[in-house]
Amino acid sequence: MRVAELANPSRFLRAANLAIPWLGGATVLLFAFALYRAMLAPDDYQQGATVKIMFLHVPSAWLGMLCWALMTVAALGTLVWRHPLADVAAKAAAPLGAAFTLLCLVTGSLWGRPEWGTYWVWDARLTSELILFLLYLSVIALWRTVEDASRAARAVAILTIVGAIDLPIIKFSVDWWNTLHQGASVFRLGGSTIHPAILVPLLLMAAAFTLLFMTLLLAATRNEILRRRVRTLRLLQASAAG
Amino acid sequence: MPATAHIDFIVAAYAAGLIVIVALIAWVTLDYRLQRRILAELERQGLSRRSTTLRDASQAVREDV
Repeated sequence: MRVAELANPSRFLRAANLAIPWLGGATVLLFAFALYRAMLAPDDYQQGATVKIMFLHVPSAWLGMLCWALMTVAALGTLVWRHPLADVAAKAAAPLGAAFTLLCLVTGSLWGRPEWGTYWVWDARLTSELILFLLYLSVIALWRTVEDASRAARAVAILTIVGAIDLPIIKFSVDWWNTLHQGASVFRLGGSTIHPAILVPLLLMAAAFTLLFMTLLLAATRNEILRRRVRTLRLLQASAAG
Repeated sequence: MPATAHIDFIVAAYAAGLIVIVALIAWVTLDYRLQRRILAELERQGLSRRSTTLRDASQAVREDV
């Protein structure tokens, strides 16, 4: 099946029904292996055992940003190509992105208290990440506020594209400003500064989180298609009765 | 630094991770069951996306996916 054929919601549903159990199983297996490797990882010479919080914090931060990037592509799909599934997928993705960004903020605070002596500072990285979380909440609120789905989709698409400005700010905040948050240490010119004993479990956890996100996104998109079918049937029922 | 230093923060972080993941899985699973149940109920009432009556009325609805 070609990707373009998935633009048809019925075909998408059939493909999702097939893929979700397999993706779910693969997610469980990868999480089990990644957690096993994470628990065996040695303590960091500076952070001690709290480095294990990074195995949750870093993947959730990446996913929070990846999800908004995907929503931005979907927003272009809504505004430019009028793809029938673009706004469906974007709407399904927003709560997932919000959840992973919240997890990033919570685990970051729990790491910050023992390492920095505080749960929170108004540092550029932390503040721009908080803004991303608020943007997610804005998108969810906008979907719920505008009753007409096609109008809501256009408004959300514009907000999503404007909000994408926050992504490079999050990424480069540690370079542009003097922040308490550490600089890039995984993806950087000159290679990672993290020892493989910690880097490998970190990347495994990131892969497991990404697989979980893909599974949840497929499932949430399927739910949104079904919800719109319910809405359509109810409108038709009301129209036929009237 | 002892291996168990700040263990409470580590446990709290993993508990937060578990809560978020379980909540997301519960959300998509329960929502799926709810939508399927409502669709089945509507079909029991004789409504379907391919029924003749509804096809006539479907001109009025543009957002059918």
